[in-house]
Amino acid sequence: MASLGELERAVMDLLWAGHEAATANTLRDLLAQSTAAHGGAAGHEGKDLAVTTVLTVLSRLEKKGLVERERGTRPHRYQAVSSREDHTAELMHEVLGSAPDREAVLARFIGSVTESEAETLRKLLGHS
Amino acid sequence: MFWTSYFLAVLAIVLAWPVPILLSRAHWPARDPFTAMVLWQAIGLAGGLSMIGAMLVYGLEPVGDNLLAGLRALADMVLFAAPTTALGFWHLFALSAAALLTAHLVFTLLLTYYKIERQRRRHRELLALLASPSDDGPGTVVINHDSPVAYCLPGGARSVTVLSDGLMAALEPAELRAVLIHENAHLTQRHHLLLWAFAAWRQALPWLPTTRLAQEAVNSLIEMLADDVALKTESKATLIKAIAIVASGSAAPAGAAVVEPANLAGASLQLPDVAGGAGLASTTASRVSRLLSPRPPLAGGLRAAVLAVCALLLAMPTALLIVPGLLG
Repeated sequence: MASLGELERAVMDLLWAGHEAATANTLRDLLAQSTAAHGGAAGHEGKDLAVTTVLTVLSRLEKKGLVERERGTRPHRYQAVSSREDHTAELMHEVLGSAPDREAVLARFIGSVTESEAETLRKLLGHS
Repeated sequence: MFWTSYFLAVLAIVLAWPVPILLSRAHWPARDPFTAMVLWQAIGLAGGLSMIGAMLVYGLEPVGDNLLAGLRALADMVLFAAPTTALGFWHLFALSAAALLTAHLVFTLLLTYYKIERQRRRHRELLALLASPSDDGPGTVVINHDSPVAYCLPGGARSVTVLSDGLMAALEPAELRAVLIHENAHLTQRHHLLLWAFAAWRQALPWLPTTRLAQEAVNSLIEMLADDVALKTESKATLIKAIAIVASGSAAPAGAAVVEPANLAGASLQLPDVAGGAGLASTTASRVSRLLSPRPPLAGGLRAAVLAVCALLLAMPTALLIVPGLLG
């Protein structure tokens, strides 16, 4: 049985790739297919994946603000809140941005550099 | 007792204002970042201790010959309703200020920890979904982004070093190793604890400009410490080249080939320059100049002297507060 973390990742990959809302049942089938495609032993486990597990994973993702469900329909259809690229951009914004807490949250190899500094460094590279 | 509070107040002022300014302008910290780091910690701790101590000792002056006797008398007043007439308005004012300042410092420390941890958790959650494991060892992941970016996210056993596609493409294997060793040094030397403490110190006393100087100095010193670790295995030229490539790449506006959301991140890149990132910017500059024209580390004797000053700084307020009580 794959861990919840791996399943979260697999579900998000499906939602990001699909671009449209999907029910837990659809997602379960897609997950089973993709694990089957990745090899025999894993494929067997994939078939055992219960819809309730997929629902657990979806509600965890919903709590994290990554997935939303369409309330009108039944069964609920789930979709990604924003694209993979947007989430990456959000993450990089946090890394490169100038929020006062950022310096304490993570340690960057290179902090912010001004354009003139970068120019000096480029010249340095040209010489070496 | 009066002289103790007077002396502590002078010490607090000296440590809060002229000393950090002098230290932030000094050139020797680049030669011996470890010692400088110890000194900054000693200044912060001794500064806070003497600030609180001065007010406490002043406030308790009428009821005790020393801090311990004074605190005992104060406890009697609070717990057993002993008469408080000995304490005048200013004494009560100083005691309240000491209590408030202590609570404020502790509370800010905890709040900052909570805020940092929350941001890190969120960041880790997104990384778990967005980044893929790297071949460069456990705890290293690669994220799909064109700017050359490398950073580490501390978190005990879940610490992770993140590299971007752009970085992997721009660096030679040796340069990449230097970057990884550098980031790993942050984690093994637990630099995040220093970052936390000094971020909280600045957050707690934002009106004291020297708390900003301290934080900037510490940010810069941990980079130098991590560089020194990288230099043990990789050559100086490799490290300089890695710094130069990453720095020149991350300052450049995002290229035309970049998809739209990344351009968004590129736009935010310009912000630090506008928002007065001078301290940060000079970190990179001083790192490079320190590598290009290295100066010898502090002589053993000088280093020992600075460390002795650190010990003295911490011992002095403590001794002034406690020892008279033990002797008397």
